[in-house]
Amino acid sequence: MTESEWPLYEVFLRGKRGLNHVHVGSLHAADPQMALHHARDLYTRRNEGVSIWVVRACDITASSPDEKDPFFAPSGDKVYRHPTFYDIPDDVPHM
Amino acid sequence: MTAALQAHFDATIARDRRIEPRDWMPEAYRATMIRQIAQHAHSEIIGMQPEGNWITRAPSLRRKAILLAKVQDEAGHGMYLYSAAETLGADRSDLTEKLIGGRQKYSSIFNYPTLTYADVGVIGWLVDGAAICNQVPLCRSSYGPYARAMVRICKEESFHQRQGYELLLTMMGGTAGQREMVQDATNRFWWPSLMMFGPPDDASPNTEQSMRWGVKRHTNDELRQRFVDMTVPQAEKLGVTLPDPRLRWNEDRGHYDFGPVDWQEFKAVVAGNGPCNAQRVTRRKAAHDDGAWVREAAAAHARKSQDPAQRARLTGEADHD
Amino acid sequence: MSEHDNPYDLLGDDHDEGHRWAFGTGFTDPLEGIDTSVPAGLDAGALARCCLALGDDALIYSHRLQQWVTRMPELEEETAIANIALDLLGQARMLLARAGAILGQTEDQLAFFRAEKDFRNVRLAEHDDRDFAELVGRLFIFSAWRLALFQELSTAPDPVLAAIAAKGVHELTYHRDYAARWVIRLGDGTDLSRDRMQRALGSLWPLAGELLRPDPDASEVTGGASTSPAAFGAVIDMVLAAAGLDRPDAVPLAPVSGHTGRDGVHTEAMGYILAELQSVARAYPDATW
Repeated sequence: MTESEWPLYEVFLRGKRGLNHVHVGSLHAADPQMALHHARDLYTRRNEGVSIWVVRACDITASSPDEKDPFFAPSGDKVYRHPTFYDIPDDVPHM
Repeated sequence: MTAALQAHFDATIARDRRIEPRDWMPEAYRATMIRQIAQHAHSEIIGMQPEGNWITRAPSLRRKAILLAKVQDEAGHGMYLYSAAETLGADRSDLTEKLIGGRQKYSSIFNYPTLTYADVGVIGWLVDGAAICNQVPLCRSSYGPYARAMVRICKEESFHQRQGYELLLTMMGGTAGQREMVQDATNRFWWPSLMMFGPPDDASPNTEQSMRWGVKRHTNDELRQRFVDMTVPQAEKLGVTLPDPRLRWNEDRGHYDFGPVDWQEFKAVVAGNGPCNAQRVTRRKAAHDDGAWVREAAAAHARKSQDPAQRARLTGEADHD
Repeated sequence: MSEHDNPYDLLGDDHDEGHRWAFGTGFTDPLEGIDTSVPAGLDAGALARCCLALGDDALIYSHRLQQWVTRMPELEEETAIANIALDLLGQARMLLARAGAILGQTEDQLAFFRAEKDFRNVRLAEHDDRDFAELVGRLFIFSAWRLALFQELSTAPDPVLAAIAAKGVHELTYHRDYAARWVIRLGDGTDLSRDRMQRALGSLWPLAGELLRPDPDASEVTGGASTSPAAFGAVIDMVLAAAGLDRPDAVPLAPVSGHTGRDGVHTEAMGYILAELQSVARAYPDATW
């Protein structure tokens, strides 16, 4: 990684009718304010009223989704970096 | 231990379940997935260029807004896909270097020029149509982050295709000049759209392994045939002629027969000798290189902002939110 | 998960309400369903001229931002700049439609079939940004000014203009914030970025003077409230201070026989902008798109 690279941030959104923040993906930004702006542009795309959290990916500590499962990688202190609980709403057709 | 991990991996694939970032996977699978996802991401970003070419000249403000929103969506798609590739340990700036260094590819269709405004509609209809055919099966890709990115992308691209087709319907119902423009654009994009599905199955060595890994769900020829079958009636409805004299319904097969694709042209374009290859990469490289000082400045500022003395000076800015 | 092997099943007639499609999939008139009659006692001519001026500012400015698509320094900035260009285009559409309702012309007739001398945008909107520093510097000046203006216009007697301005305030706050943060990052980043940002401000400053020229039409449509928002100057100074940049000492760009952008007298860039913007529409003058 060179000095000029922008670190990875994970993005969490809570929609208008949501009860909690949901992990939706990641983006690169130079600082937290930029990350918020970019999250709004990329993940809410002109939608209003969405609460956004951005967190440096390296600040996230994660457990394995299946702790009892011996079949995760031995080098498995990799940070969990992608949503496995990305819910598709029921009313989206053909999904 | 590796044998057991491999068995678990194979069983996951066999049960049509998802491989997730923290799961063990064969290195070849990881490398293949990174390459496939990266090339898909590059395609979205490069694809912004031929379409973006007509934003400033769109002939109505509504069409201009629609096209600008579409190109913005494509930037977003590229980013979702780069994010998915990064969960496999890839680094986005490294992937960008590979793209602009010619070491990773993008969809060959974007190496064709957009020469008239009708190209915008035809790209929506044919190119996005072919992309959807390719991409819907990828929503069931064995790699979880990729499958989920594809679900989101497919949803957005179905609107893009619809918009493109609607523009063509409007133009075909318009003046003679508009109709000629649409026919001309169709003539130029039909065969390259068929090439988007890749080489024929008998010339596609990776297909078998990709299908075994759940990386690919259908063969190139299967998808190409499906696309033709769906598109011919749409062309009839538009009133455009597809530039293939051999195109005809085959009752026995239950599919449209179509003429031979010029695979020499395809190979040339994939090898870097298409009409726009150099131009596309040069543009991407220029944006990246010209932007280096900006990225560095933002990073430098972020480092300074962590310094307490600097923070004091900048808190005025924070109150301004 | 269902096996939707027919991709065209996705092209259903219903689309999820959260979708951010620009103006929907069938929507032609930006002021559809809205009563566009001019309230009694208001000078319709002044109102039309004012809307045209603000609409042209946004239309031409958006055009310049559109030219930056695929040239931004990072992918996240592509979505940001496209967002801003779309917002301004949306404002342009509504303002031109509002003016058009009075003048008897559509938004497209106004955008594509007027000549340079009939466009009322300020010359700042036409400027071709030579680098990213000029891009964010100009956007900052423009957004700060336009936001101050729109804040006043959101209480205008014409309900349509007031509604357009109120919506615009929200968008322009975001644009100003985006640009201001970048001015600060560049001003207080590396030595190179600081030089470039200072130089950019020097190039742009002469065009800022025009923004504060008194506008009799705007004064008319706001019922005489102050329409030369010097308050926006305070915001500029705050951001320049945070960025460690000096306020340039530049003379406003000279008018031509006393005329500037609002009078239809533009820079030489304007001809090229319109040649590009209007080319396809003018090549097929009888076409519907």
